[in-house]
Amino acid sequence: MDKNRVTPERRKERLDRGIKVRTEGIYAIASWEEISYLVLPRLLLIVGLLLLPLLMPSLYWKRVISIVSIYALLALGFDFLAHFVGLVSLGGAFFVGTGGYIAAILNKAFGLSPTFTIPMATLAGAAICTLLLLPALPLRGVYFAIVTLMYPLVLARIIEALNILGGTDGILGVAGFPSRWIEQYLILLIIILALFGLRRLVNEDIGLVFRGVKDNDQAVRASGLSITFYKAIAVFIASGLGSLGGAYLSHIYMWSGISQFALDFSIIPIAATVIGGGGTLVGPLLGCFILVPVSELLRAFGTLRIVFYSLILMLFIMFRSEGIMVYAQRKYHQFERWVKV
Amino acid sequence: MDILIYGMVNSFSLALMAIGFTLVYGISRLPNFAHGALYVVTGFLVWSFLNILKIHYIFAILLGLLIMGLIGAFIYRFILIRVRGMATSEIIATYALGLAVLEFLRWKGFKGMTYTLPVFIEGSVSIGGTPVDLQRLIVIGIGIIVVAFMWLFTHFNKTGLALRGMAQDEHAAMMLGIDSDWMAVIAMAMGSILAGLSAIVLLPLGNIVVETGYNVLILSIAVCIVGGLGSWVGAILAAFMIGFIQIITVAYIQSHFHMVVALLAIIITLILRPSGLFGRQKELEERV
Repeated sequence: MDKNRVTPERRKERLDRGIKVRTEGIYAIASWEEISYLVLPRLLLIVGLLLLPLLMPSLYWKRVISIVSIYALLALGFDFLAHFVGLVSLGGAFFVGTGGYIAAILNKAFGLSPTFTIPMATLAGAAICTLLLLPALPLRGVYFAIVTLMYPLVLARIIEALNILGGTDGILGVAGFPSRWIEQYLILLIIILALFGLRRLVNEDIGLVFRGVKDNDQAVRASGLSITFYKAIAVFIASGLGSLGGAYLSHIYMWSGISQFALDFSIIPIAATVIGGGGTLVGPLLGCFILVPVSELLRAFGTLRIVFYSLILMLFIMFRSEGIMVYAQRKYHQFERWVKV
Repeated sequence: MDILIYGMVNSFSLALMAIGFTLVYGISRLPNFAHGALYVVTGFLVWSFLNILKIHYIFAILLGLLIMGLIGAFIYRFILIRVRGMATSEIIATYALGLAVLEFLRWKGFKGMTYTLPVFIEGSVSIGGTPVDLQRLIVIGIGIIVVAFMWLFTHFNKTGLALRGMAQDEHAAMMLGIDSDWMAVIAMAMGSILAGLSAIVLLPLGNIVVETGYNVLILSIAVCIVGGLGSWVGAILAAFMIGFIQIITVAYIQSHFHMVVALLAIIITLILRPSGLFGRQKELEERV
């Protein structure tokens, strides 16, 4: 008999570890062992991320770290919107493009250094994206997905057609970072901050409202809260993360152009989230660190990469929709044993 | 006169593109983001039947449509049925499928001037001093036929009535013994056939390029939203509105604003009348 099969005679029982109290995220800790049990995975992640730039062999792979991190920001934003607020955004490229162009314009036209352009592009990009997406926010259903899908496609075409903002050449000669180490550690710190910040945020009061918006918007409305307002806040946060990534991208490549509205930025974060495990926030990060390097290896195949992602994405969503992190967390936090029925 | 005729042609093209999307969404509430991909795939299928297998044009078209129907049914039966009801997954799955197909075709190098379908009948006529080629008139003709057929089918045919029942109230329809999944398979198959049909009628007017896939998706979504998601009458009316506005913009402003019209139409509709022109049926469900 197959060792792992559930039969009419037996089933698998899952028990939470003893330190978990009643609900997710509340623990009763009594010993160093138990502290380390909780701290270890988090520490591993942080230390691992911070060590990465030191471990990478070549300049090329160091650059890849920055790219991975930008995708990770997008994926975090996507996961936050999709699984905590219930908005599916198909247009990560929209956020990246907006942030990227704003940073490039600020740098070129006003001569501001990256220290100023990145925060300004983040806020301005988030504001613009939120404003443009506002019409879709009071509605349920697929409207948000549709509108986010359309913006990057149409914006890219407008820029191309009107030949504004540098047209197809893009904006060249954007200032770079002073050194590679600053470039990498800054973005790594940003993703760590974003990750833990978002985790905190979704467990605060406002996070409860977000989840209410996702699960039962009528109840939220009955409590006298404006759904559109809370959705707008959530979109502001997520598009801010995306714009930050975009601004960073402009400064890394010292260039900003219509390829920042490319599909890669929309599809990879979604694939990373689905593979890594939606709703965990760590999962998307992990997914990016798996997918993006693979994508770099497959660079020679051109658009076939997008095919590859889309197929992985579809297979995962059909057969393994829980993702890696959800599975790993279950294994880590629970005992499993067979019991007779 | 120019504007009137080309506006009509454009409107019917839009209606043809959109009707498949709105059919699937209206009946099984599945937003089919692979719609544009299906459109382009039909073009390439028929092209390869014609040029590689050397089949007669009519048979190539029929075979192409048949295969599209099967593909549609297959997509529902093996992919969408697994994620049915989970809105996020539905969107992502169809979007991923569409992207995979389109980008695969792009990678295979299907682009440029090399891929064209022949027009049905060569030649052109002059209406009120404006020359119009026959293919464009055929677009109008087939548009009228499809619209009429859809109306008859959904009002006087048992399957059509069942589809409409599903669209209006899924649970009530299931209680009357209508199989929800089977209806969704039929809807997907018909939606794909309609996407294919519009591709076959419209593609002879230009080249088969992968980019059209995205355009078709955007345009049909625009038409559906303006008309009210899932409403056929609305979709056809919206096709006329957007179609004429597009032609007027192209004539008086600039041809680049072609796509912007679609986007603006969506945004304005969402602000003013989120459920679309004729989306009364589901109004309460979609508006929070």
